[in-house]
Amino acid sequence: MSDLSQHPLIDPSTFDLIVVGTGLPQSILAAAASASGKTVLHLDPNPYYGGHFATLPLHDLTSFLNSASAPLLPSPPLASYDNQDYVSVDLQTRSLYSDVEISSYAPEVLQEHARKFNIDLAGPRVLFCADKCIDAVLKVGVNQYLEFKSIDASYLWDQNGKLVNVPGSRAAIFKDKSLSLTEKNQLMRFFKLVQKHLDPAEDGESSKISQEDLDTPFSDFLNKLRLPQKMKSIILYAISMADSDQNDNDIGQNRLLTKEGIARLALYHTSIGRFQNAQGALLYPIYGQGELSQAFCRRAAVKGCLYVLRMPVVALLKDKSNEQYKGVRLASGQDIFSQQLVLDPCFIVPQLFKLSLESLQDVSSRDVNRKVARGICITKHSIVSDVKNCLLVYPPKTLFPEQVSSVRVLQIGGNLAVCPEDMFVIYISTLCDSANQGKEMVRAAMNSITLLFVSDCPDSSSVDQDTNAEGKDLDLLWSALYVQESSVGQFGTVSFTPMPDGSLNYDDLLNATFELFQKMYPNEELFPETTTAGDHQDDGEES
Amino acid sequence: MHGRPRKPQKPEEAEASAVEAAKLQNLQSQLLANHHQKNYAKEALEVSANLLEMNPDLYTAWNYRKLAVEHYLKESSSDIVSIEAILNEELRVAESALRQNVKSYGAWYHRKYILSKGHSSTDHELRLLGKFQKLDARNFHAWNYRRFVAGLMNIPEDKELKYTTDMIDTNFSNYSAWHNRSALLAKLLNQKAEGYFPMEKVLNEEYELVHQAIFTDPDDQSGWFYHLWLLDQTVKANPPYLVSSWPPHSFNVALSRTRCLDNHTPSPFCSFYSDSGTIPLILYFDQPVQGVDSSSVIVKSTANLRDLIWKPLSKCNRDTSKAWISHLTFPQEELNSEFYSVEVSIGHSQKIASATGFHHVKPTQISFKVAVNFKETPSEDFGNERIRWKDENFTSCGISPHNFPFGSDNSTSEGDYAPSTSEWCVETINNEIALFRELLSETDCKIGKLTLARLLMAHAATSPHANEMIQLEEVLDLYQDLMKFDPSHFHFYKDEHSLVLLQKVTSTRESLLRHCYSYKEQTSPYIDSTACLRLNNLSISRIGCVEKILWVQLLDLSHNELGSIDGLESMQLLSCLSLSNNKIGSFTALEPLRLLKSLKVLDISYNEIGSHSIDTTRYLFSSPLSHSEEIDLSSDEMATNCTDLASYWEAYFLFKDISLMQLDIEGNTISSESFKAFLVKILPKLHWLDGKQVQ
Repeated sequence: MSDLSQHPLIDPSTFDLIVVGTGLPQSILAAAASASGKTVLHLDPNPYYGGHFATLPLHDLTSFLNSASAPLLPSPPLASYDNQDYVSVDLQTRSLYSDVEISSYAPEVLQEHARKFNIDLAGPRVLFCADKCIDAVLKVGVNQYLEFKSIDASYLWDQNGKLVNVPGSRAAIFKDKSLSLTEKNQLMRFFKLVQKHLDPAEDGESSKISQEDLDTPFSDFLNKLRLPQKMKSIILYAISMADSDQNDNDIGQNRLLTKEGIARLALYHTSIGRFQNAQGALLYPIYGQGELSQAFCRRAAVKGCLYVLRMPVVALLKDKSNEQYKGVRLASGQDIFSQQLVLDPCFIVPQLFKLSLESLQDVSSRDVNRKVARGICITKHSIVSDVKNCLLVYPPKTLFPEQVSSVRVLQIGGNLAVCPEDMFVIYISTLCDSANQGKEMVRAAMNSITLLFVSDCPDSSSVDQDTNAEGKDLDLLWSALYVQESSVGQFGTVSFTPMPDGSLNYDDLLNATFELFQKMYPNEELFPETTTAGDHQDDGEES
Repeated sequence: MHGRPRKPQKPEEAEASAVEAAKLQNLQSQLLANHHQKNYAKEALEVSANLLEMNPDLYTAWNYRKLAVEHYLKESSSDIVSIEAILNEELRVAESALRQNVKSYGAWYHRKYILSKGHSSTDHELRLLGKFQKLDARNFHAWNYRRFVAGLMNIPEDKELKYTTDMIDTNFSNYSAWHNRSALLAKLLNQKAEGYFPMEKVLNEEYELVHQAIFTDPDDQSGWFYHLWLLDQTVKANPPYLVSSWPPHSFNVALSRTRCLDNHTPSPFCSFYSDSGTIPLILYFDQPVQGVDSSSVIVKSTANLRDLIWKPLSKCNRDTSKAWISHLTFPQEELNSEFYSVEVSIGHSQKIASATGFHHVKPTQISFKVAVNFKETPSEDFGNERIRWKDENFTSCGISPHNFPFGSDNSTSEGDYAPSTSEWCVETINNEIALFRELLSETDCKIGKLTLARLLMAHAATSPHANEMIQLEEVLDLYQDLMKFDPSHFHFYKDEHSLVLLQKVTSTRESLLRHCYSYKEQTSPYIDSTACLRLNNLSISRIGCVEKILWVQLLDLSHNELGSIDGLESMQLLSCLSLSNNKIGSFTALEPLRLLKSLKVLDISYNEIGSHSIDTTRYLFSSPLSHSEEIDLSSDEMATNCTDLASYWEAYFLFKDISLMQLDIEGNTISSESFKAFLVKILPKLHWLDGKQVQ
């Protein structure tokens, strides 16, 4: 604090918008507002970009999780009256992480490569080649700061405890070795049915899926088409990425409707082949997901946004005359004023501020009361031999009968510069109603994965059980397990961005972000077409 | 490159294209001037390069450049550096022309020409091809060029095969890739290259691969075409065998010079009349063969037979044919009737071989007896009786089934005519049938039905006695379905349906007998036998299964939908033929008749001869002239004297070698008084024309 007070004054002291926290939603807002000619101050208490979406070295990740999960002592908010025409009200923060369990099995090895780890805080996360985030990246031109690589393969954990390859495209179905000929035919026929439904050139009634079917649960529709269980699981959990058990009638609104399922399928299909040098539907940014936030921040900076890192916000300023928000007080003691404020979700605005907040409609809001349990493993072994980067989905009830939602696993190898060449970072996440439930599911997935290493390792098959267990320990170098709260974006004179959700990509978060921008600036276009041609680079850089 | 709609031109585009046209015209006239003056100066070459970049399809410009290259090469014959420079420039021009139009024949040929000069590197060409194939993976020019480069640079076939696998893996809707695969595999299999032997193993893997494509997307045809090729390889992999013959094995043939038959002949099927004391000997194989001659076919007889000359029975005079004919001439000195036995054996030499290189290896023997009766006969009163193809003139004949010359039943041992199909082939076809039945139960698909029909037919051909009838019914149903659901290919399905229908009719002695009738007028001078096969009113559009009916002398094909009679040329015993009320469109379509030397009565009334101004059958030949025999017109009186010859040339060409006695032609557009007069002129032996006696 002492050196913060030495911090040079920020000049000017009045902005159109102040954004606190450099998570992806905040970064996009900052970039969008600057692109619309607003003056923006972007603050972050941390010395790095990304907030809850950051990619961190192992050590920083550990200390972040430990400090962010520390219980906060509730202290009554203090309102200090100044001689001026506004009042400052101290901000409170809440703890959004809990149940952190970090184990290191080979500290020396990790220490040796300490600088080579770039671990995502909000993993597992990928981008679909045709999703909103990639669209935004291309439209805004931040692809010049980013480089992506394809996820090589997707797998589904089937009822019988086997990995099933997910054939998402025509070429993949053709090449697949595990599907029978009839299954290939059934799956491709279903894909074609959907394509025909979505094709604007097809206008015949017969080529469209009826409205009645569109409003029924997706799994019922798949049943109606007589798709066998295996195909259904692939479509529901590994392509449409459904979270809850879709065969369970009790889950009510959590059942994916046909129209939603088809939209997700369409996203998957348009993703395949969008970029010539990308194979498959999924992309991952080199150096980790945190690069995305950073890229948008750089973009905002180019457009005039002012950045101050390592600068916490300690209090809100309230106008005495109209009781409205007026500005923020920084840890340095400086007061900064703005029309609008966007806060990180970890802040609690004291009751003294009578904020009217409007929740943003976003699809994931149905899961708002649920938590996200996340796990991270650093291993010496790949889940599947010869595959570096891959996605693995455990549909509900495949790990144990009480597994309520899908557990998704993303393995990223050293070729994406997130860890040393001979290691792998494995991200695990699932939605849960309680921390214990979530941890149980993530643990079960971790166990299942470590068993895969053993069965995958050809030279260990001849060795007896005891040495196997030892070998397993050696495979797993580090693991972390934590539970993260959910929160939706909220709009008001003080707005909030959402926390990372349980989805695999950013689409729901981006929808909320775009909506927030439109609410804040109803007359502005979100990222108007840039006129400077030099900003855009070849799409080829996309992978 | 595919599926891009054409948009109407905008005004500014039209203007731009007018400017371009003017520029093009200017360059073009400069080029032609340079070409004429043999001006190969640097500036002149530049003009042609500019022109070709704009319009790569201009052959003259490419030729000009070739001449220029030759010119410079001669000048700098020893200077390697300048030769290199010249050829490099050509490669550059060709490449930029290809960038303009990747489907320009001229540019690809020019590149080939430069490469044939021994220039450029494999890597460079393959890289260039890689670029073009990225633009359009199916571009057949690029594939064609790839084969050329691969051949020139001796790239091993299996490496190229791997390339096709990669291309198919990326997108299996690629005819060019599948096609190249078939070409490469055929070569590798032929060489029995390492890893490509035995053939059965390789083909099994290919079936496996193509199944993935077909089942993933049955509506994509490229896989199906490859499957068809595979099926062809599977079935063709069998050595040819003799299907039938005339005379059939263990038959007694009565050969006489009389037309009026005493009632002593053993069967109406085997009496045969011949002026010259000869009978035809016909061998019919399951696939076209070559190498049938007096050394590969040994004929032994108690009669003193002259050396036999074998001819293929094929419209186009090729040297391969399914049917081969020779004539046995019996000595005429003796006045009394005599029995001769004849033994024909084949399979002792490897000379008889199919087009795919398989040899007829199975020793096969046919023996029959010929009763020769050359008693002097009173000269006959020709021309008084006319054959009438009316129903009332036919009675269902009381022919004893045992005298019936029906195919393999009469051979001494069953094995004689049986195909020697490999177990693998039968098993493969059975597997495929099961697989496609499964596919069709999942999804409705035209080409799937067609393939199943083909597989069932292949099955019937390889194992002729197993449930054949049931399968034929299934095939007929499949083609009926296809005619209904795919009307744009109706005629193709109709033809296939006809062939299967004929196979069904001729498949058993009983079903064939149902179509056998006796002609009432026993005394008719045109016929040696009264047995008539009536295949009328079956709505068939093609002829097939002639090997089962080689014995037929009277054939009624009226009231069908025949547009072609290909195959009929093998029925060498035919003397009376009715094709009335069919869809014969031209005399060219009747050309098989030219090989039927014993044909005397022909009814082609009520067809469509003359109604089609364009004779499409001509297009079936590589050159419109290739199918015509050389005719020495100078010695031909008709040719010099007849003024109508030009307009009725095709009729003349057809009829000049057949000595018809009775002809019905009414009900055709061409039939006019002048045409009839022309016919009377060219058919000197004609007694009846359209039911009227010829004066």
